[in-house]
Amino acid sequence: MRRESLLALCAAAASAARRRAPRALGVALAALAAFALLLLVDGKDPLRAYRDTAVYVFGNAYGFSELLVRMTPLLMTSVAVALPSRLGLINVGGEGQLYMGGWLATAGALNFPDLPAWALLPLMTALGFAGGALWALPPGLMRAAKLVNETISGLLLNYVAPLIVSFFIFGPWRSSESASYPQSPAFVAAARLPSFAGTRIHLGLLSGLVCLALYGLAINRTRWGLEMRAIGGNAEASLRLGIPVSGYVIATMAAAGGFAGVAGMAEVSAIQGRLVAELSPGYGFVGFLVAWLAGGNPVGILVMAFLFAVVSSVGDILQITQGVPYAVVNVLMAVILFIVLGQRRPLGAGR
Amino acid sequence: MSASFAAAVLSSSVLSGTSLLYATLGELVGERAGIVNLGLEGLMLIGAAAGFAATAVVGNPYLGVAVAGFACLAVNLGFGFIVIARRANQLASGLTLMFFGFGASALIGRPFVGALVSGLPRLGAFDALVWLAAPTALLLWLLLFRTRWGLALRAVGEDPAAAFAAGQRPERLQYQALAVAGLLGGVGGAHLSVALTQTWDEGMTAGRGFISIALVIFAKWNPLWALAGALVFGGAEALQLQLQARGVDVSPFLMTMVPYLLTLLVLLFWGWRRRSAAPAGLGRNFFGVE
Amino acid sequence: MTGSTPLLEAKGVVKRFGALVANDVADFAVNAGEVVALLGENGAGKSTLCKILYGYYRPDAGEFTVAGRPATIDSPRAARRLGIGMVFQNFSLIPALTVWENVALFLDDLPFVIGPEALRRRVGPLAERLRLSVDFRLPVGRLAVGDRQKVEILKQLLAGARVLILDEPTKVLAPQETEGLFRAIAELRREGYGVVFITHKLREVMVGVDRVAVMRQGRIVGTVSGRAASEAQLLRLMFGDSAPPASRPPRARQAAPGETALALEGVATAPDFGATTLSDVSLRLGGGEILGIAGVSGNGQRELAECILGLRRPSRGVKRLWGEDATGWSVARIRERGVASIPEDPLALALISGLTVRENLALGGGRRYRSGLGLDWPRLVADMDRSAERLRFPPLSYGARASALSGGNQQRIVLTREFAHGAKLIVALYPTRGLDARGAEALRALFGEARAAGAAVLLVSEDLDELFAVSDRLIVLRDGRIAGAFPPASFRAEAVGPCMVGAADAA
Repeated sequence: MRRESLLALCAAAASAARRRAPRALGVALAALAAFALLLLVDGKDPLRAYRDTAVYVFGNAYGFSELLVRMTPLLMTSVAVALPSRLGLINVGGEGQLYMGGWLATAGALNFPDLPAWALLPLMTALGFAGGALWALPPGLMRAAKLVNETISGLLLNYVAPLIVSFFIFGPWRSSESASYPQSPAFVAAARLPSFAGTRIHLGLLSGLVCLALYGLAINRTRWGLEMRAIGGNAEASLRLGIPVSGYVIATMAAAGGFAGVAGMAEVSAIQGRLVAELSPGYGFVGFLVAWLAGGNPVGILVMAFLFAVVSSVGDILQITQGVPYAVVNVLMAVILFIVLGQRRPLGAGR
Repeated sequence: MSASFAAAVLSSSVLSGTSLLYATLGELVGERAGIVNLGLEGLMLIGAAAGFAATAVVGNPYLGVAVAGFACLAVNLGFGFIVIARRANQLASGLTLMFFGFGASALIGRPFVGALVSGLPRLGAFDALVWLAAPTALLLWLLLFRTRWGLALRAVGEDPAAAFAAGQRPERLQYQALAVAGLLGGVGGAHLSVALTQTWDEGMTAGRGFISIALVIFAKWNPLWALAGALVFGGAEALQLQLQARGVDVSPFLMTMVPYLLTLLVLLFWGWRRRSAAPAGLGRNFFGVE
Repeated sequence: MTGSTPLLEAKGVVKRFGALVANDVADFAVNAGEVVALLGENGAGKSTLCKILYGYYRPDAGEFTVAGRPATIDSPRAARRLGIGMVFQNFSLIPALTVWENVALFLDDLPFVIGPEALRRRVGPLAERLRLSVDFRLPVGRLAVGDRQKVEILKQLLAGARVLILDEPTKVLAPQETEGLFRAIAELRREGYGVVFITHKLREVMVGVDRVAVMRQGRIVGTVSGRAASEAQLLRLMFGDSAPPASRPPRARQAAPGETALALEGVATAPDFGATTLSDVSLRLGGGEILGIAGVSGNGQRELAECILGLRRPSRGVKRLWGEDATGWSVARIRERGVASIPEDPLALALISGLTVRENLALGGGRRYRSGLGLDWPRLVADMDRSAERLRFPPLSYGARASALSGGNQQRIVLTREFAHGAKLIVALYPTRGLDARGAEALRALFGEARAAGAAVLLVSEDLDELFAVSDRLIVLRDGRIAGAFPPASFRAEAVGPCMVGAADAA
């Protein structure tokens, strides 16, 4: 009976994006099947595991709220990929941009502890945006100057950002509290994004939805969106039409980095309450996959982010209840994605 | 800087650079055929885990490395199926492979965390893989530039349609290239766990896969230049370790950053000099810059 | 001389593309030591027939005989094994690979290990006879077009071709380079090869050709012996009874040009990878004038157009638009000032294929249609409708995607957009490439009308006939410099051609 409600929920979410319905459903079913197979191989009972999971995740308000918590950073990091993709740019630097957004937001929290929340939180959000934007600028500038491809520069900077964060945590921002586990001092209450009704759903979810909405409106309703789509379709022709391609490249990369940076701010402010070394379990990369699967479509991103959150939750729960290692989630997510990638019909904008 | 310090750094560079070199050579062959594999990081991890596990189980490090090589060859062929036969987006597929590698390597290595193995024995100053590294690079150069197979492969990477018109079979050559790439990538990963550290840790490649991808560009898709590049980047890492060992007080984080920043600088330099040596077919997929 | 058994014979070849009958050829043969020209207008089916002979297309019907034996040609590889080779207009050479590597790629019978020396021994003698004297270790991309064509021919001959088909080989060559080609063809004829030569230029079939097969609408409508052919006879075969006059009527003398629209003074560009560097280019173009720019492709024409349109910044010199110093202006500003651009490939250079017609029309309008965060669509549509009417185009289908339109309609969208705001300077870069005869004529008439209305037109073209027909003045570009200027009285290939390639060429 629970299985049916699980499937019904998937179908409902999928029909919200009618075009995506078959694929979203396909992905969901593939995930379920793959998990079941693995559990069988490991000697566990998949039906029982699913029942437990469904109870926890869907039959339980807190469990469902955890889904939204997991979904939140993905909304922002996938916009960080989707926005530049409209220009034909590939931003895989979301990880680093997230870290730098968290870093700069932390600087704000630690240096202005006396501000009231209604001032500090917007400041931290702005700093988070700025941190991510500044980290995305070098790839953007280098790409605009036709020097280095933004994919490779973004990838390299992904490894530098966490090192900067670690440097500060072990050094200038080292908390005196726990000498063994390095982290920054805890944020004051004013620096923490408020959460709702005892769950961990926080205002960051609003940020995420706002990012998504801004992205959707900008691309489809504004003249900038039209010019961006023109560049993505044919950069050479766009140049000849007088569209300032370089300007768009730089501005778009910066904005994208900013969105990822806001995700970083939400992580340090709402989830962690401080700056830690391991801010992101791959949100940037998962954001890339979400955006790619959704074809850059805002509603699709919402659906796919939700699905990834489901997969991730299921993985966690299986780890706790069935003793299946979390690494399984990576493998299974990859297998599912390979199945999706292996479909003859390309998803999204045919890239 | 004393001679012993220089010698230590050089020796350390060679050691560090070996796994980089194998992975770079593998990726180079793949890219010459027109396929970029962003999942090299995951592939190397599988190689490291599989190599370590096999060595722990069988007790023979050479066999361990061989297992790693062939395991990754198989994985890469799977990747090849997705991007060649199914024409999936290479970047998305590569990232997916990366995730797969993170997970699969963790699973493979889990029972062996903390195990002790007898790593690759030193034959003189270095182990066998190090000695074989430069000859491998030379062999690949000969293969790519002085054989029919290599010529056909390069043609496929430049212009698959023209190669097809000339009677070549692009897809078959791409699979073959990916097989070689998988083998070398796996060996590169295995060298880390079976020779260098003789341990297994989740995520132990720490970005070497991505450095290798950058190194391919740095080497202008030429195996001989890859030798130089791997040495330089192995050197950056080695310098950090030697400085730390001598008690020089530099933050390990800042030093670890150096190879990545160095790679970026070199790429910037090449970009500024407009050395556009990328295979044309690769350019369409990966480099919007030209 | 011609032997008794043809090297290649095709009977009853029929090829349909959907409803269109591209080929319906009763009989076509090539003999040893013979040069056969396939003559016809664009779209007559010459290329299709040859692609069938080369195995590129499979015919719906047809029987083939090679050296007297029946044969099936089902792929280019099979064709090559039968001894049939074809050189296309776009060479299938790989620019990054060297000459010897490109040739080696083509040969089936090489050992596993190959090297430049072994290939030079194999290739050298034939290359010499074709008068190809380049360093085999050079990447093909660095060779001159004529030499590249010879490498392409070499490839085919070494792969065993006895019949060589050339698809419009002179299209990419300058007049003086074509001499080298014809000499090579004569050499092949002497050695007993059969050569098929596709062309739509009458001039080329008059010399050195044994037979001319004229095609029209997919059929061979007549075969004439090369020596006996007359221009009038060939024209009648090509066009039926509605042949255009063999010579163009003289054009009326124009009034003196109006205000100087464009002035380039000593303009030079910085060296750039893959581009031709301009040096010391000075020209003046006034309203009501058409200035033709001639030259072999790749001598700076594209860079010149890019400079004028603002896509490339001059490193030296001054560019003036209507007297103002426009050297540093952005593309958008230049367009706003009234400069229109008609590039050679509308889909690749002037349209975004994934966007709708309406969206394409909205781009490049600068500030005109801005309205809040979005665009003033109603006003745009009104303006574009008016423009299309003025140009006598059929009504626009705003909702269609640009990629779904035919080539001619794509060009029309570009023209509607560019002419919508009274452009005063029109920069046209190979605008009639890819258009059929009728479309090209219509476009040239459009330029004439623009000139009559007082606009300045800069026309870059590689078709000397087109330039002679339309221009008021002609300038030749060579190696990024102005190599010569010609008044209408000197509009002759013998005068302009040498200027296009420089001092007497040894090809």
